[in-house]
Amino acid sequence: MRRHAVLWSMILLAAVMLVPFVIVALNAVKTPAEYSTGGPLDLPSGISLEGIIAFWERVDFGEKLWNSVVISGSVAVLAVVVSVFNAYALGIGRVRGRLWILVVFLIANTLPQEALVYPLYFLANEVGLYDTKLAVIIIFTVIQAAFGTYLLTSTLGGFPRELLEAARIDGANKWQTLVRIVVPISRPTLGVLFVFFFIWTWNEFFLPLVLLISNENQTVPVALGVLQGQRMMDATMTSASALLGVIPAIVFFLIFQRALTRGITAGAVK
Amino acid sequence: MSLVPTSIRDRGSYLLFLIPGGLLLLAVILVPFGMNIGISFTEWSGAGTPEWIGLDNYTRLMGDGTFWASFRHNVGLVVAMAVLPTLAGLVIAAALFDFIGKHFGARHAAVLRACVYLPQVLPIAVAGIVWSWILAPQDGALNEVLRAVGLDSLAQNWLGDPDLALWTVMGVLLWIQVGYPVVIFMAGMQRVDPSLHEAAELDGASWWGRFFHVTVPQIRPEIFVVLLTCTIAALKVFAPIYVLTRGGPGGSTNVPSYYSFQNFFEKTQVGYGAAIATVLTVLILVLTTVFLRVQNRGER
Repeated sequence: MRRHAVLWSMILLAAVMLVPFVIVALNAVKTPAEYSTGGPLDLPSGISLEGIIAFWERVDFGEKLWNSVVISGSVAVLAVVVSVFNAYALGIGRVRGRLWILVVFLIANTLPQEALVYPLYFLANEVGLYDTKLAVIIIFTVIQAAFGTYLLTSTLGGFPRELLEAARIDGANKWQTLVRIVVPISRPTLGVLFVFFFIWTWNEFFLPLVLLISNENQTVPVALGVLQGQRMMDATMTSASALLGVIPAIVFFLIFQRALTRGITAGAVK
Repeated sequence: MSLVPTSIRDRGSYLLFLIPGGLLLLAVILVPFGMNIGISFTEWSGAGTPEWIGLDNYTRLMGDGTFWASFRHNVGLVVAMAVLPTLAGLVIAAALFDFIGKHFGARHAAVLRACVYLPQVLPIAVAGIVWSWILAPQDGALNEVLRAVGLDSLAQNWLGDPDLALWTVMGVLLWIQVGYPVVIFMAGMQRVDPSLHEAAELDGASWWGRFFHVTVPQIRPEIFVVLLTCTIAALKVFAPIYVLTRGGPGGSTNVPSYYSFQNFFEKTQVGYGAAIATVLTVLILVLTTVFLRVQNRGER
């Protein structure tokens, strides 16, 4: 009896969490006429892609997707590389003052972006990188790598010393040891970091909003947020836009769920 | 063969690996952060030369009602994004792990967990769009549901009523946030030695008894991490406010991060915006230090 009460309350909770997604999906495939007569709750009579196509063309959604992929993909790769270099020096090399260096990285990770935004905006203007994807890529590489350095340093701190010693005896220099021994063995952790960096960068809003002012450079969240702010879309187009924003997130979620769950655990228990 | 000189030489060349990351950190975070503090002592519109005014921006902050109100709203967001998700997350995670997982199988628990976690992977801007449309006063889905079940009087202008908007935003943030503690706490519960639960059960402890005396104390490290990261996230909230309310109506949902953004880019009072951002940063750093201290003491 009580078992089922708990089960049903959990199912109810899950349903409540999913309702917004369902409502969005339902209305994204309605025609505007259907929406105005039946409201948001009626089941659609068929699948109409009108709203989705109208929205796609209006914002050139393919371009926004591509921008997001380029920015998130570059940041994920570069931030993993930078994190590995930093953590190699701090976790394995144990350079002097590593504790304080780590604290600086940790602080960099907790700083609110509001405290960086105006100088970054100003400096990007000065060096001619304002409103370019490159500026956003560089900035987020550093922000994500600050976290990656912190996490990887503790992982590499426990790296088996015998392997490093064996590589040294075989005549490998530091670079070769890093590329041939440390990176291949740490690949699972690096994979999790890559996934995290990709999704986090994909979801970023504040700095891209400020730095990517022209349409052709905007990422998916920025383009959607700006359009929403202008309040110029009808209801079906709004839900179409929300659906198109949700789909990539759900795709990542399904592809990466294993890595995500593993990674969250790794991050939680330092 | 002396080992000491080798290890010293080793340290030198390891330092080379820190150079690219160090330079990037300097250029993108440390220097801009220093500049922000510098700007906060000036009056500057973003063009021309900043004029040094010392602590004037900070004294002005002290008497600025909007600033204080924005921090009060932020307390509400900390409740919605850190306190409530942690409490709810503990109960949900324990129910899923301890109850559903044991009586109905780990697979069911994993599916339910995935449903609760799903909002976490959404870009917050997109979550904001979804909700501002569901909450629309005229033809929004929530009001339609209320009317459909005959509760017309409960239909509200959820985001447009100054007395209600902050509560609505809090509800949306709770929906976004709750999956994060659930996932972390469930991972932590796997770590707990089952014999502790068995012993408590033999002593006749009820489910709630075991929850309070075994589960919660055992996953204390996770609770600390969640409270800290969620509190910081709540202090930094920007995107949901930008998309849902733009700080309105009448400033009733303004928060420090949005208020500094307004000063930077709408009112072009860059110095004042920088002062707000600096205060926010100090608050976050102090909170982080306090949390880490308490956590360290707890671990000893």
